[in-house]
Amino acid sequence: MDKFTIDNMNLYYGKFHALKDVTLHMPKNKITAFIGPSGCGKSTLLKSLNRMNDLVEGCKITGDIRLDGADIYGDIDINVLRKRVGMVFQKANPFPMSVYDNIAFGPRTHGIKKKSELDQIVEQSLRDAAIWDELKDRLKKSALGLSGGQQQRLCIARALAVKPEVLLMDEATSALDPISTGKIEELCLKLKDEYTIIMVTHNMQQALRISDNTAFFLLGEMVEYNSTDAVFSSPQDKRTEEYITGRFG
Amino acid sequence: MADMNNTAVIDEIKPINKVTFKQRMISYKRKPLSLVMLLLVALAAVLSAAALVFIIVYVLVRGIPNLTPELFALTYNSDNVSCMPSIINTIVLTLLTLLIAVPFGIGAAIYLAEYAKKGNKLVKVIRTMAETLAGIPSIVYGLFGMLFFVYALNWGYSLLAGAFTLAIMVLPTIMRTTEEALLTVPDSYREGSYGLGAGKLRTIVRIILPSAMPGILAGVILAVGRIVGETAALIYTYGSATGYATGLLNSGRSLAVHMYVLTNEGLHTDQAWGTAVVLLVLVFGINTLSAFIAKKLGNKKG
Repeated sequence: MDKFTIDNMNLYYGKFHALKDVTLHMPKNKITAFIGPSGCGKSTLLKSLNRMNDLVEGCKITGDIRLDGADIYGDIDINVLRKRVGMVFQKANPFPMSVYDNIAFGPRTHGIKKKSELDQIVEQSLRDAAIWDELKDRLKKSALGLSGGQQQRLCIARALAVKPEVLLMDEATSALDPISTGKIEELCLKLKDEYTIIMVTHNMQQALRISDNTAFFLLGEMVEYNSTDAVFSSPQDKRTEEYITGRFG
Repeated sequence: MADMNNTAVIDEIKPINKVTFKQRMISYKRKPLSLVMLLLVALAAVLSAAALVFIIVYVLVRGIPNLTPELFALTYNSDNVSCMPSIINTIVLTLLTLLIAVPFGIGAAIYLAEYAKKGNKLVKVIRTMAETLAGIPSIVYGLFGMLFFVYALNWGYSLLAGAFTLAIMVLPTIMRTTEEALLTVPDSYREGSYGLGAGKLRTIVRIILPSAMPGILAGVILAVGRIVGETAALIYTYGSATGYATGLLNSGRSLAVHMYVLTNEGLHTDQAWGTAVVLLVLVFGINTLSAFIAKKLGNKKG
């Protein structure tokens, strides 16, 4: 079953045609990876899925993007969309407040006030993000004092705390050491039972290790989309083959 | 080696990377210009500090002997020239001015930094005007306040006229510093907040304003400094009545105006020096208090 469907989507930044006629259907409870060289439009596509591109001036989108069959650029509450489609950014961006308040920010935004309920959500989210044991004694400390890897897992926990259905990860491990990266990859594999994960990655080994499906982008065009095994073992397009074998990009 | 964490041991280490006096002299010999530069900037720093220290010491030396109990009598008369009413008037005036200027200044800054589109014509006009306003001599504000608040609105010399005049005067300062503070809040905070489904209002109130608070407070402190030290904009708006301004439409004199009047009359120069000490202490007190509040707020968020 498809969670997200993108049909004939075009995106322009001012006069620049950044995404060209992209059609892509992403199944539920799977990990879909977007790969491709810098500037190919994969992050831009990801940001269109929770309408973060609305913040970019001069960004024009045409086509059809649907979440569970509902047009996300239609008559919907954008804040509810972003609650359903959570995002983890390339650079960890904890708010300058305590670990607890960071996690509780989302639930509080969506109307949860009861202390006991918040406590429970904070603990569960941190457990889900595999960082509870490290942080359980530091909940009242500033999130800015954590290490880079911890901050990123905190941001994942923060995204999980609003109970999204889809998790967008924009090169979420690119700034992390291999151990932290490994933890986050394990986390993704665990999370896909409950969430649909769409990730942008520069690391092809990572796409190979954890994704179910892979889409390869080049210069704003989606070149190839198939199961990850198929893309990496028998790419249909010459450009895909060249990219994954490291001949360009 | 076993005890490298012992601080006593660490203190005894002779590091090879410590630049000795001799090495520094040799390097200056090779590059004499860098020594000249060092001396010049050091001289600039010392002279700047010295000028400030000289003024403060001079005021203290002339003023402290004149800090008599009469100077702090509860009511003013022409014998004791008490500055007590002026102290209270200054505090009330400062609070009222901030009450008017801070909401408008922060509100305008939030509009400019968070709501207005980049390259918006109106934003450019507002910024240029704010910058121009910040550079206008305060006597011009005084004249405007007199013509508009005192005469046109017929408020007379009054607390309200003085506070509104000063509010207009400090508004650009508060607005610009707040805008700068908002612009330094990383966009990643905004993205993070929107990404969790928070709306614009919640993002501004719960994430952006707390992060920008130290910068905003710095602007408010600057404004307080200008209010407390202002005379020209107040003489013809707040007036120079010697009692306590107990109502919004009562006239009174702030400490700085009080000092100006005493000096101007030439009869109470000694008391004017005493008043100057009080003014210094007041400004110092306000700044310390503000810094304390800023630190408290910073700790809370950090």
